[in-house]
This record gives sequence, structure tokens and C-alpha cells, in this order.
Amino acid sequence: MTGSFLKRNPSVPVVLGLLLIGTLAITAMAASGGLSTSFVKTLGMTLCLALAALAMDLVWGYAGILSLGNIAFFALGGYMIGMWLMTARTEGIVAESLAGQAIPPTPQEIRDAVGGQIFGVVGSSDFPTIWAFSGSLPAQLALVVLVPSALALVFGWLAFRSRVTGVYLSILTQAMTLALALYLFQNDAGLRGNNGLSGLQNLPGLSGVPQSTVSLWFLWGSALALGLGYLLCAFVVSGKFGAILRGIRDNEARVRFLGYPVEGYKLAVFTLSAAITGIAGALYYPQAGIVNPAEMMPIASIYLAVWVAIGGRGRLYGAVIGAIAVSLISSFFTSGKLPDLDLGPLRLVWVDWWLVMLGFSFVLVTLLAPKGLGGLVDLWTQRRRPARHGADLGPDQGSFREEEAKA
Amino acid sequence: MSTLLEVSGVSVSFDGFRAINNLSFHMGAAELRAVIGPNGAGKTTFMDIVTGKTRPDKGTIRWGEKGISLLGLSEARIAREGVGRKFQKPTVFEDQTVRANLLVALRNKRGPFAALFWRPGPADLERVDALSETIGLAAHLDRKSGELSHGQKQWLEIGMLLAQEPRLLLVDEPAAGMTVAEREKTTEILVEAAKTRAVVVVEHDMEFVRRLNCRVTVLHEGSVLAEGSLDHVTSNPDVIDVYLGR
Ligand SMILES: Nc1ncnc2c1ncn2[C@@H]1O[C@H](COP(=O)(O)OP(=O)(O)OP(=O)(O)O)[C@@H](O)[C@H]1O
Ligand SMILES: [Mg+2]
Repeated sequence: MTGSFLKRNPSVPVVLGLLLIGTLAITAMAASGGLSTSFVKTLGMTLCLALAALAMDLVWGYAGILSLGNIAFFALGGYMIGMWLMTARTEGIVAESLAGQAIPPTPQEIRDAVGGQIFGVVGSSDFPTIWAFSGSLPAQLALVVLVPSALALVFGWLAFRSRVTGVYLSILTQAMTLALALYLFQNDAGLRGNNGLSGLQNLPGLSGVPQSTVSLWFLWGSALALGLGYLLCAFVVSGKFGAILRGIRDNEARVRFLGYPVEGYKLAVFTLSAAITGIAGALYYPQAGIVNPAEMMPIASIYLAVWVAIGGRGRLYGAVIGAIAVSLISSFFTSGKLPDLDLGPLRLVWVDWWLVMLGFSFVLVTLLAPKGLGGLVDLWTQRRRPARHGADLGPDQGSFREEEAKA
Repeated sequence: MSTLLEVSGVSVSFDGFRAINNLSFHMGAAELRAVIGPNGAGKTTFMDIVTGKTRPDKGTIRWGEKGISLLGLSEARIAREGVGRKFQKPTVFEDQTVRANLLVALRNKRGPFAALFWRPGPADLERVDALSETIGLAAHLDRKSGELSHGQKQWLEIGMLLAQEPRLLLVDEPAAGMTVAEREKTTEILVEAAKTRAVVVVEHDMEFVRRLNCRVTVLHEGSVLAEGSLDHVTSNPDVIDVYLGR
């Protein structure tokens, strides 16, 4: 809580520096043709996942709320930006094709034609009410933040107020996510049912710009969002607010009896996490090209938690490391580029076996290295700073362990 | 002497078992009080009721000059009204430094937004230094509180309560698990604290209670069995019967 921002957050310059260097290197390699467009997109998407993991760490690692609802906020962010992308781009196409007609089309005709194009797959041609603002980019950008936050606020208020905690809270958040996914699967939910929103990689009005360029724009956008998100999270967790969050995680009753409105804090951090996750989703799905309700199935929630656990809970860079490492290794194994291994009776298909390996490493990390990959950083910082302040030398203060350690 | 806390006719049952039975209890504004009683007498439950953790089935609790009712207020709200509580087991934020523990406890605005932008000023840091002096942890401010010895954790928790600047301090078995020297120090801290505020100490150790040198309330089966000076209550035959005799 004391000291300058950088002193409280020594990881900030390191993470931001690495992010900048990494992004510059990727850009240079992509420009010289060394990286495929699809790989650049994968990297950009990975940065978005890291941002989502960061937001997950905020609620789970710091406040102790294992939210399995964050993936819903992620997908909702994608849906909100996707609504504008689809509407605006279809409008462009329709306007072009109708322009050749003798009588210029009325705005209503264009609107109807766009509706027919977008909702034809679900047997409709009218814009549902929730698409009311889909023509406006600023409105949909606002909704990227507002819709996930509002959902988190309402859900959190109900859950925290009744003092649901621990595994019950996790189950509740999972139920929320599943309910939302099942709702969105329905055609009359107004978001094209199981088709979801597609063609999101095509930016309206920029059909002349090649995807190789667009992919770099999004890479930079994602890197910027991750950098700003990291700064914001560092600010939030390193002050008194963060001390209270960790207090709630470790001893909720103590915080309460100190006079802090615990529910208010949980609600604040849950809503902030939802907003950040929504932004991450809004940057992710235009790179993925498609968002549909399957993105919110339980396995996705688990993924988010696994990244944070493997990276190391309760430290911001842990979440970033975990998400980047695991999702890159994951895309390597599931790319199909790795030849399958023939082991006589057993055929090792990496695409399938990867999940088993991931599950296994999750168990190993949880049991053997609860600090996760981020814990490796401790080895390094402790070697540099021998003053242990008594840590890990046992609590017995009669024995002058600190002095002994210096010798 | 003006009354700070007035508990009257309070009862509470858990699954039909009456843990607190028509209990009445008064505290003045700057008073030290020891509460003793056998295991299960309802001492901790009494604190639970005053701090809002447990809702009584009946009875009233009046607080302060205006005599507002504490019933129905949340724990956090009651704490902000000026009731500080030390738990029976030491509860501090083990993952954070002693300084951070005290800084968090300092009396300040408690809302999330206020906390987000709060920075400790020189006055706050001085206050923390002074508090750490009081509780004998000045040399340990930068250690994680999880590394402290059991007794030091108890002191830290008392220090956090003092930082909160409560008008009433409820202290549940502060000397449990302490060495003799630590107990003496704890007595000093509590006696000093009671000069400017009301302090209720629950304790089993008679030596400790004697050193507190204050009015004593004996609880038994959820109600007050006797009240007065230590010598007065220890010569009470009922008290000898249920508590001291065993
Ligand atoms: N939440 C609860 N549910 C059920 N019974 C409870 C609950 N809290 C307390 N009790 C019971 O109420 C009685 C009083 O308990 P309390 O903890 O107040 O005793 P105590 O005087 O603090 O004892 P000790 O000296 O052992 O700390 C005990 O019999 C206990 O089992
Ligand atoms: Mg007790």
C-alpha cells in the first residue's frame, strides 16, 4: 500500500516491456512474410485470452471468488461487437447490390434486405428488439462494457447478498453461464441461435484492406488492451482496495467486523472483471470470425480457471503467463500438424490427448506447485534479494532465523 | 456514568437449545469489564449478538447516547458504529504485512471507491507506528503477519481493533495460548485501551482477570449469574458451584 506505483508493482514495466517487444517482433516477422496471417490472429487472440485471464485472476486470485461465469461475459462482449460488424457490413453489401436499381432504395428497404440477409438462417427477416442499436458503433461499443457489467451487477447482487460463497457460488455462476448459453441457442433469443454471429473478421467499409493487415491491427489493439488492463488491475490490487480483496479471500469475517461492506467490494470487483472480460471478448471474436453459444459451454469456463491456476493465482503476471503458455501450447497440439504416434495397440492422437495432458498438468500443478508457473519468478527474485524478512524460515521468532539466514 | 451499551432481555436458541437466556448487560462509556463463565456459558454467543453475527430471538440492544437499536444492522454497519471485535482464534490477514494489516484497519471511509483511491498519508503512517509501538510489534512492521507467533498475532488483532478507533471493544479470550510475559503485556494494552473506551474481555484465566482489576460479570447457561468485583463474585456460592468448584 505504501511506496510509489512502480515500487508496489515491479512486474508492470517488465510485462509492458515484453508485450511491446513481442508485438514489435511479431509485426516485423509478419511484414517480412515469416508468419502466416492465421498465426498472427492466433497470437492476437491469445493476448485477448490473457486479458480475460487477468480479469479472472482479479476475482479468483485476489477476491477468492471462483467465477465460472466470466466466459459468459467474454462471449457477450463478442456478441455486442459482432452485432455491429454484421449489420454494418451487410448494409454495405446490400446498398451496393441495390445501388444499380433504377429507383434508389428507401432506408426501410435497405433495412429489410439487411434483416433478411442476417436472420434468414433462423427463418426471419426482422431485426429483433435487442438489435435496436446495432447500426451504431459507439452504442455497441458501450454495450460491450455495459451488458457484461450489468449482468455481473445483477447476478452478483443476488448471490453475494445471500452470502453464497465457495463452491456453491462457483456452481451458481456456472449455472448462470449455462442458462445463458441455452437461451442463446434458441432462435427466438434474437442472436441467430446456434449459428451465432459470423463473418466478423470482415470489417465494414474496409473490404479493400487485406486480412494480413487487419490481423496486425487487431494484434496491436489486443496488446494495447492487455497493457492497459494490466495497468488497471495493478492499480486496483496494489492499493488498499487490493488489500481488502485479499482480506476477503483469506478471512471474510475479519473484513466485515472491521466495518467494510464485503458485498460491495465483491460486487465492485466482479463487475470490473466482467467489464474487462467483455472488452477482451470484443477484441477476440473479430479475430476468430465467429461467436456462437457453444463458446460458453462449461469446458470454456474450466479453461479460463485452468490458465489462471497453471499460471499462478493471486499474481497478475501469473494469469498472463498461464493464458499465453497454455493456449499457445494448446493450439500447437490441436493444430493437427503434429504427427500421431503409433504405439501398437494405442494410437496417440494429439488433438484428443492434449486435453488429457492438460488435465493431468492441472492436477500436478495444483498438488505440487500451487503457486503455478508464476512461482518460478519467486526463485529468481529471492535469489536476487536475500533479505527474506523471515519468510519460509518458520514462524518461531525466538530463534533469530533472519540473522541466521544472513550468515 | 452514561450508558454506551444496554442489552436487555436477550434470548437466542439454536435448534431448541437456549444459548442465551434473558440476558441483560450494561456498559459505560469508559469501562473495563471482564466476563467469565464455564465453557458453553454463552460468552462468545453474547459477542455474536452484539456484533450482529447472530440475531437474537427476542430482547433489545441499545447503543450510544441516542440509544439506537443495533438489531437488524449488518455486522459491517455495527462495526462502523464503533463496535470492535477480537475473535477467539487470532484472525489477521496472514498473507499481508503487519503494516498492511494495521493500515487496512485504520478508521477511514469504508466504501469500495474510497478504498480504491486511498493512499496512506504521513499521519496514517505515524498512527501505525504508534500502534505498533503499543502492541509491541514495531520491529515487525514489514513482516508478513502469518509469520508472527501466536501471541503476536493476538496483539496484532488487538492493534487492528485499536486502529479502528471503536467506542466498545469486545475481546474474546485474548490471553489464550500466551506465555506469562505475553499475558502481562496484554493486560497492559487492555487496561490502557479502557481508559478512553469501553472494553469487554472474556477470559478463563483468573490470574489474568485479577490483573485487569475491574468489574466482573459471571455468565452461566446464557444469563448473568453474578456481577461485581472479582472478590465479590468469587465468594458467591453459586459461582463457586458452577464455575470455580470444578
Ligand atoms: N451457531 C451455533 N449453532 C448451534 N449451537 C451453537 C452455535 N453457537 C453456539 N452454540 C452453542 O451455544 C452454547 C454457547 O456457546 P459459546 O460459544 O457462546 O460458549 P462460550 O461461553 O464462548 O464457551 P467457551 O468458553 O468454550 O468459548 C454452546 O453450547 C454452543 O455449543
Ligand atoms: Mg467462546
